[in-house]
Amino acid sequence: MTDWIVLGLLGALSVASALGLLLSRNAIYAALFLVLNFVVGAVIYIVLNAPFLAVVQISVYAGAIMVLFIFVIMLLGAERLTPAENPPGLSYQRPLAIALGVLALSVAAYVLLARGGEAAATQAVDASPTAIGVQLFRNYVFPFEVVALLLLAAMVGAVVLTRRTE
Amino acid sequence: MDATSFVVFLSSVLFVIGALGVLLRRNALLIFMSVELMLNAANLAFVAFAQRWAHLTGQVFVFFVMTVAAAEVAVGLALIVTIFRTKRSTNVDDLAQLRG
Repeated sequence: MTDWIVLGLLGALSVASALGLLLSRNAIYAALFLVLNFVVGAVIYIVLNAPFLAVVQISVYAGAIMVLFIFVIMLLGAERLTPAENPPGLSYQRPLAIALGVLALSVAAYVLLARGGEAAATQAVDASPTAIGVQLFRNYVFPFEVVALLLLAAMVGAVVLTRRTE
Repeated sequence: MDATSFVVFLSSVLFVIGALGVLLRRNALLIFMSVELMLNAANLAFVAFAQRWAHLTGQVFVFFVMTVAAAEVAVGLALIVTIFRTKRSTNVDDLAQLRG
């Protein structure tokens, strides 16, 4: 029962902050709503037996990524958003997008309600950082190395893209 | 409805809100943040299923998704800064032509 209260509160907070991101008129407010959403996501990870991911979520998403976002918003001075007036020829875009969103949600709700209760695993798995490290370096060494290459490429790409060409 | 179904439905709600943000907003930074929201929703579903089936693979996959998201943000924000230098705008409607 307490689980449900906690999950319900977290879910409501998560959806509310996502709607804040969708509707806010100021890019800084939108970024702060997204930070709130990531923090709530980290708490949901803890409830779902993923403490390592919760910490990584806080430090990488809410920390590094959002600091980068807010830094760029302030660097460009782009925090004031113009009201999103629809250009002519795209007036159908908003109702169509909302209709597609409602359609996707109803499909998800139908699938979950129609076939929700398959037997779950009985005991919880050990999800400590040690266990995840063992998994990473025993079964996923090659993807780990590929990710290292990807991060290097992203770093070089970011530096090259923002370099001033004389 | 059990906890896993609830979290998976929450993740689909967040995903749809992110998709609506990508479709409806005009500011490149807002579109980018909505993409991050969608990635995060997918991560939530991964973690929910990892807990449901008592399997660590889902959590390891979320770890990789987070790294790729960090790389994507670095390059994407660099692109937005570069575009802002030439166009003085982050509105995607001002970027309708490919010529610089």
